[in-house]
Amino acid sequence: MAVDMRLPTVKNSMSLSHSAADRKDLVVPGDVITSDTGFMRGHGTYVDEDKLTASVAGEVQRVDKLICVRPLKTRFNGEVGDVVVGRITEVQQKRWKVETNSRLDSVLLLSSVNLPGGELRRRSAEDELTMREYLQEGDLISAEVQSVFSDGALSLHTRSLKYGKLGQGVLVQLSPSLIKRQKTHFHNLPCGASIILGNNGFVWLYPTPGQQEEEAGGFYTSLEPVSLSDREVISRLRNCLLALAAHKMLLYDTSVLYCYESSLQHQVGITRCSAEVQNVLYKEETKLY
Amino acid sequence: MAGLELLSDQGYRLDGRKSTELRKVQARMGVFAQADGSAYLEQGNTKALAVVYGPHEMRGSRSRALHDRAVINCQYSMATFSTAERKRRPHGDRKSTEMSLHLKQTFEAAVMTQLFPRSQIDIYVKILQSDGGNYSVCVNAATLAVIDAGIPMRDYVCACTVGFVDETPLADLCYAEESGGVSSLALALLPRGGQIALVQMDARLHQDHLGTLIEAAMTACKCVSKVLDEVVRQHLQETSVLSRE
Repeated sequence: MAVDMRLPTVKNSMSLSHSAADRKDLVVPGDVITSDTGFMRGHGTYVDEDKLTASVAGEVQRVDKLICVRPLKTRFNGEVGDVVVGRITEVQQKRWKVETNSRLDSVLLLSSVNLPGGELRRRSAEDELTMREYLQEGDLISAEVQSVFSDGALSLHTRSLKYGKLGQGVLVQLSPSLIKRQKTHFHNLPCGASIILGNNGFVWLYPTPGQQEEEAGGFYTSLEPVSLSDREVISRLRNCLLALAAHKMLLYDTSVLYCYESSLQHQVGITRCSAEVQNVLYKEETKLY
Repeated sequence: MAGLELLSDQGYRLDGRKSTELRKVQARMGVFAQADGSAYLEQGNTKALAVVYGPHEMRGSRSRALHDRAVINCQYSMATFSTAERKRRPHGDRKSTEMSLHLKQTFEAAVMTQLFPRSQIDIYVKILQSDGGNYSVCVNAATLAVIDAGIPMRDYVCACTVGFVDETPLADLCYAEESGGVSSLALALLPRGGQIALVQMDARLHQDHLGTLIEAAMTACKCVSKVLDEVVRQHLQETSVLSRE
């Protein structure tokens, strides 16, 4: 069987035609941002002898009197209201530990999940013992951040019908800084698949569920085989996401959709997205800006 | 060996450098997509690869977690093909453990660990080709990797190995010089403030020469920091395109 091979080469950096290299205020650790004491220091900075110094490499963001430095790549820093996709790592007493690409594992309390049937009652000892029947180690869930503990760990909840255990689909792990903050992170794309853009950089692609009158509160995960056309759509979407991420473009439903539509012209293999196709997609994407 | 002088009369070393010249430094950041931060650095013929994971939840024993800051976990290892003779034990031997401890000490001085209580930061460094100055190259590579991971640091950490021959300090020793009986000193520095993170020497040196040697090391480290600075800025420029809407 003939195999296609490509050796690693340096990627030609493609820049926008109107790339404004001057608009960036890029600093490195140890750079003095300002000696003016009137500014408040935000994330990514520290004060060294009355001088505001950067502690990460990134761009300086100034909001009125607050100066912070946003690094290019960072772990997820959750805020209340963020939608996250995470994986259960531990089942403890009365809570689950969820890995969400942040600096500490997030916590999903037993009292923060919906019981089957949607009952609202006090969690009993029996509920504690049957925790594992609901969520086990390795399960994927979608949840929302309820609060942040003092040490920075997130407390999640799945108290709405749209959150809960995720069934069949594809998980794409990207950097949190590439996900755009929007009103809703759950989208049913017209191409026939659905997407959850977690703020923590985990993106979940799944086939659009058919008619479901009663959402079982995230308990019910359909194990019916997914059709081939759905699988192709999801694979193509995954390649689009990887292509967009490789070029550091912001991800939101419209950008993913445009990328998908431009990719329909190319017959890419299900599992790979070559550099040439990526570059073409990139060119099409830049027309958005 | 006859005819091999570490410092000739005209002031040239074995590889043709002057006494204060560093070897050529080439580096690249973000070589691995899977890790939080990664960097590859070459200093002459010494090549090192550094990978950083974190900050993340403590793995293994929870009891080792510190309530007020992050734990830095370093591992130094050499590839089996990195030395002239195939290395039998790439890691776990005494030298590697000592190096790992030194790296941990160095980075605890620079990384702002108090921002991440109960977390763990892993720094793994692997020497792909060893030609002297292993510790220094590791520190330089790890600095770039930590910056790539977006972990806050007070300043760069730059390191250099210097030796003393014929009343002259030699900057950035190569393997032939290190094994040629030169008193070598490794120094890790935070360049902007001139603060020393680690000094290590296990050779004999007259105490009168110590001051000169440390001065030479600090100058060499500052030169290294300039090169690393360029690399980081170049990388920032390339990767920050289109990150904004």
